[in-house]
Formats: sequence, structure tokens, C-alpha cells
Amino acid sequence: MPSSVTSPAVTVTVRLFARYAEVVGRERVDISLPPNATVGDLVTTLRAREQGFSALPVRMLCAVNLVHVLPSHPLRDGDEVAILPPMAGG
Amino acid sequence: MTYLTDSPLDLNLLIARVHGADRGGIASFLGVVRSHHQGRSVVRLSYSAYPEMAEAECARIVAEAETRWPVHVAVEHRIGSLEIGEAAVAVVAAGAHREEAFAACRHVIEELKRRVPIWKREEFADGGVDWVGADAGPEAQ
Repeated sequence: MPSSVTSPAVTVTVRLFARYAEVVGRERVDISLPPNATVGDLVTTLRAREQGFSALPVRMLCAVNLVHVLPSHPLRDGDEVAILPPMAGG
Repeated sequence: MTYLTDSPLDLNLLIARVHGADRGGIASFLGVVRSHHQGRSVVRLSYSAYPEMAEAECARIVAEAETRWPVHVAVEHRIGSLEIGEAAVAVVAAGAHREEAFAACRHVIEELKRRVPIWKREEFADGGVDWVGADAGPEAQ
């Protein structure tokens, strides 16, 4: 019977749009993070580790599974995280 | 319900969706492509979206408005390439009276602009191309 108390690492899919996709040169990135990582941790990790992300702003709007979230939002394995440039609809 | 479309918007079709015998006030808003932006002449623009979330967020905004006011709301946003003068977004709110219709219509367009992940790329007469909001908004440093 498994009795592990350690949370597994989480793997999330990051999606980029509009200007941010152009700046980074990709529309989708899969990335693994330590257990209990938040959206803020994800952004910090992307900026440090993934090519092109350091050109993006430090503070960005993010959504998880199609809902706007704050940087403190905790990530779960399999989440889709979208990094959203300033909205310009209407 | 599908809120994004790549076809020209038809306000009358949206009105027909929310029209009803008990609804005496129908307010509408049409957002139209402008010929200038910050002093530069715009020749064309294109809208793109995070479609799955844009649909979900529009549905949430409509549900919020229909909960807050006794209205029925219809919304469509155009995606793709648009010419000057074409409608980019249409909002219609129908209620028993004009007060709730105007209030709900205003609420929906303001929330849509604030929350729905849609982006606008403008092509200028001087040959330049730029994403609207690229140097403004909550992520500006």
C-alpha cells in the first residue's frame, strides 16, 4: 500500500498568444515544476530557463484551465496555463 | 453558444435572439474598426483569440449580467481580418425596461474588453504593424 507523503512534480502546458508568442517564437511549451509550484513560480522558472521568455514582462496576466488566476494560484499536474498579453478585444 | 465568429456581424440577428413579447427595452452596442490609432492612420486590422477561453469568459460575463439584471444578452466578437468601418463586436441586452437593458449592455462590453482574451494587430498606412496594448495595460513595467 503506497504511503508516500511527497507530492509528485507537476507538468503543465504553457500556451502563448499574440505578441508574446511572437516574442518567444513558440505557442506551446511543456514544463515540469517542483511540487506545490504556483503560477508565479512558473513564470519565474520560464524566464530563467526557457529561451525567449526573459524578453517578456515580469508581471503578466495568466489563466489556468481557461480561468483568470493570480500568481499565487497553485498548479496541478496537467494544467493548461495561458500567458495573456493585455486584452484588446472590442 | 458560440461568441466568436469569422463572419461579418449582423446586429439584427442578435436582436432577434433576445427579442421577446415581455421585453420592452433593447439596448445595443456595436464596436467598429476605426481609421486611426494614437495619431497613426490604420488601413486594416486583425483580431486573434485564445478561443476556448474567450468562449468560456464570454459565457461567464453573459451569465453574470443575466443574474444581476432581468435581461437576456447576446454577444458576438469577430475574429480575423477586418476593414475600416466593419463591426468587431456586438452586444445586445433586452429587458422589460430601458434601465436594465442599458446597464447590462454597458456592463457586458466593459467586462468583455477587460477580461476576454482577444488581441488586435493593426496595420498602419506608413507600413508599420503593431499589437494594440503592447506598451500599456496591467503588465506594463
